[in-house]
Amino acid sequence: MRCMRSSAYPCSSTSCLWLLLNSGSNSTGQAIDVEDNAVTITLRAEPPQLDQGRSTDASSFVVLAHAFEGLIAYDEEARLTPGVAERWEIREDGATFWLREDAKWSDGVPVTAYDFEFAWRRVVDPATASQYAFIFYSIKNAEAVNTGVLPKEMLGVRAVSDRQLEVEFEQPTPYFDKLVAFITFLPVREDFYNSTNGRYGADADEMIYNGPYMITDWVHSASMVWKKNPYYWSDKRGFLDEIRVAYITSDTNAKLNLFKDGQIVETELLSPMLPGAMAERWQIDRIMDGTVFFFEFNHRPGRVTDNLNFRKALMYAHESSELVYKALKEASYLPAVSLFPAWIQGVNGPFREEYPPPEHHMDLEKARHHLELAKQELGVDEFPPIVMLSGDTPVSLVASAYYQELFRKRLGLEIRIDAQIFKQRLAKMTSGDFDIVLAGWGPDYDDALTFGDFFASWNLNNRGRYNSPEMDSYIRTAQSSLDPKERMDAFGNIQQLVYDDVAMLPMYERGWSFVVDPRLKGFRRRSVGPEVDYNYAYIDVSSD
Amino acid sequence: MMWFIGKRLVQGLITVWFIATATFFAMHNVPGDPLLNDRATTAIIRANLEAKYGLDKPVTTQYFIYLNNIAHGDFGISFAQENREVNDIIREHFPVSAILGILAVVIAAVGGILWGSLTALYRNRLPDYIIMFLVILGISVPSFVIAALSQLGIVTINSLLGRTFLPVAGWGTISHMLVPALVLGLTTMAYLTRLMRSSMLEIVNSDFVRTAKSKGVPPARIFARHQLRNAVLPVITVLGPSIAAITTGGFVVEIVFAIPGLGRFFVEAVQQLDYTVIMGTTVFYGAFLVFMVILVDVIYGFIDPRVRMN
Repeated sequence: MRCMRSSAYPCSSTSCLWLLLNSGSNSTGQAIDVEDNAVTITLRAEPPQLDQGRSTDASSFVVLAHAFEGLIAYDEEARLTPGVAERWEIREDGATFWLREDAKWSDGVPVTAYDFEFAWRRVVDPATASQYAFIFYSIKNAEAVNTGVLPKEMLGVRAVSDRQLEVEFEQPTPYFDKLVAFITFLPVREDFYNSTNGRYGADADEMIYNGPYMITDWVHSASMVWKKNPYYWSDKRGFLDEIRVAYITSDTNAKLNLFKDGQIVETELLSPMLPGAMAERWQIDRIMDGTVFFFEFNHRPGRVTDNLNFRKALMYAHESSELVYKALKEASYLPAVSLFPAWIQGVNGPFREEYPPPEHHMDLEKARHHLELAKQELGVDEFPPIVMLSGDTPVSLVASAYYQELFRKRLGLEIRIDAQIFKQRLAKMTSGDFDIVLAGWGPDYDDALTFGDFFASWNLNNRGRYNSPEMDSYIRTAQSSLDPKERMDAFGNIQQLVYDDVAMLPMYERGWSFVVDPRLKGFRRRSVGPEVDYNYAYIDVSSD
Repeated sequence: MMWFIGKRLVQGLITVWFIATATFFAMHNVPGDPLLNDRATTAIIRANLEAKYGLDKPVTTQYFIYLNNIAHGDFGISFAQENREVNDIIREHFPVSAILGILAVVIAAVGGILWGSLTALYRNRLPDYIIMFLVILGISVPSFVIAALSQLGIVTINSLLGRTFLPVAGWGTISHMLVPALVLGLTTMAYLTRLMRSSMLEIVNSDFVRTAKSKGVPPARIFARHQLRNAVLPVITVLGPSIAAITTGGFVVEIVFAIPGLGRFFVEAVQQLDYTVIMGTTVFYGAFLVFMVILVDVIYGFIDPRVRMN
């Protein structure tokens, strides 16, 4: 069959037209091409650019996680596994990574420690203006370099030789191995970077790859082709010869239609689609995407929401399971009960089992009692309208309408919904122009700290300006303690304090229902890392 | 004629300048901040980003720099796609929208003229009722519903036939364009049908048609030479702006059918406050619309001798 496609068989003009009209017709669609060992997938959005040092969005992370490999990678079960580093050692004052000999770039040149040194210095260099530079701040001098106080050569990262990378810490960082698996820590080769004249990451030929796949074709907003990287060192990842990103669309209905038509291997399913999917007898899977959504209060002085009793009143008037099961009705969502989502790991097992979240029950009497106390403390008879800032997505609109009604009925409060598009919501969050904001937080790395430091007084993402010395001290322990038990105790304390102080109100953990072509095995959706992962995927038609 | 075209071009230039200025100041007054993202940034990174995009300068200075740049045809670098020039975005994605748009307009114009004439000829009879019912449907059902339904229709047809008769989404071949173009042109087609119907009816009762009839001109000739040619004038008037509207209004169709057109950028740039792309696409489309209107005026002169006289 393969030779049929070559130019040895020129087609007549009529059959050419027929081919044009029926491009790629076959009975099963193009989702899986057994002959070429290729699959066809979709991407949610066009990657703005694929510069690993500056990328911030989920779609770019998906592409980068296939085209590059860091010192440490994720295995099939989302545990850390050696990537470019063969082994590593994390000490109190720093870390050492020993790089494997056979890791190569897609032009055959070996990946060296210098590629990491260059990449990391570049991220913290203020001229790069990387929005993720903060994730390097546990490395010595990173913050000073990033704020322009020190030159980038002073960053505590040094390539001792081609195969040995030394990292110095600003403070003990026991979770550094997990950090290193994050996208911003991927290597960049200096000579290639310099040859792109500032266009690095803009097009397929403006990049050089070291991951299981390499991007050979990128038509902006339309399609991409990832081919197996012939120089990739491991035979445990990258089993497909080609991954075709044939569609770039965020429309889940369109994706479902493509899946039904056999054109793509995987798609997510929203609640209304589930009955149809069940009727088709599809195998439906579910994954938590890692993000926790919550009510963030404005703790700035002078706001009603700065009052603890007021926040407690809201807390006792609500129950997250009611929101999820009665209002949102998304089968794949979980009611959130803590700052830490259900999938976070503790010392030996799930964090949630080792440190159960504070038990919460709706209690209207308590709620009204706290509301009275708040009135007395604030010296008001009537509360002013509470401004609830929300996004413009269907889910956040349903959630805000639900809470508006709930607090009006149960507490007699007037809630004013302020629905804004993404950038405007962020602007209002940053300037503190809200009482309550419906916000979400997704993990960057696989450690409780990715959620745990959210309410640190120095954290710029803490846009409600929650400020508590007690919280700060727990977070400092969680950041730098070398004793895993002591660290997790600190996270347990943070969880309790968030509840006692009502720093926020948990709403839901987002999840996805999805369906995968049964002939594709080893495909993963993830809570941390790339949201979809084809690095371990392979075609198996035997079960057909 | 040259004087007429020249005058219209100068007017068009002033219109485009006005569009550019209004968009610029409206955009800067929209609440929100283009440089904010999920993960908060430090002051120095922010300052660097501001310097990169020239946002550290006063707004009036930015305005004059910007005017100077677009006078040289340079729309700058996208805020969201940091390594892409807006010129490249327009160059790569406008042709897609244009092909889709032209196809849609052709379908709309041919369909509109045909159905409109039919309804006028069969006025108050069954064909008239059926077509006018469909027209109301075409105008009132939003395009995202029609797009989604027609896509579902393709899936059903494909599965009934057991092969890919028409692609469900994507871009590349003629078969990818047919259904999206039809969906995109449907509203305009419905609108043109109504327009054509009323203008046909007006002309059917006019003196010169009655004269032609009494002279014994064959009905087919009356229809082609006297009725159609006169009735089509208002259709041509709206065709220019519709071409512009259709090529810009493809957002929904582009998302549903995963088509890499410019319409997406036009809408998404506003949501992301991507200043340079907002300005680039708006000014580009503004200029395109103005050009289309001028073009229609000129074509009008060729079709209708009365315009030429004045």
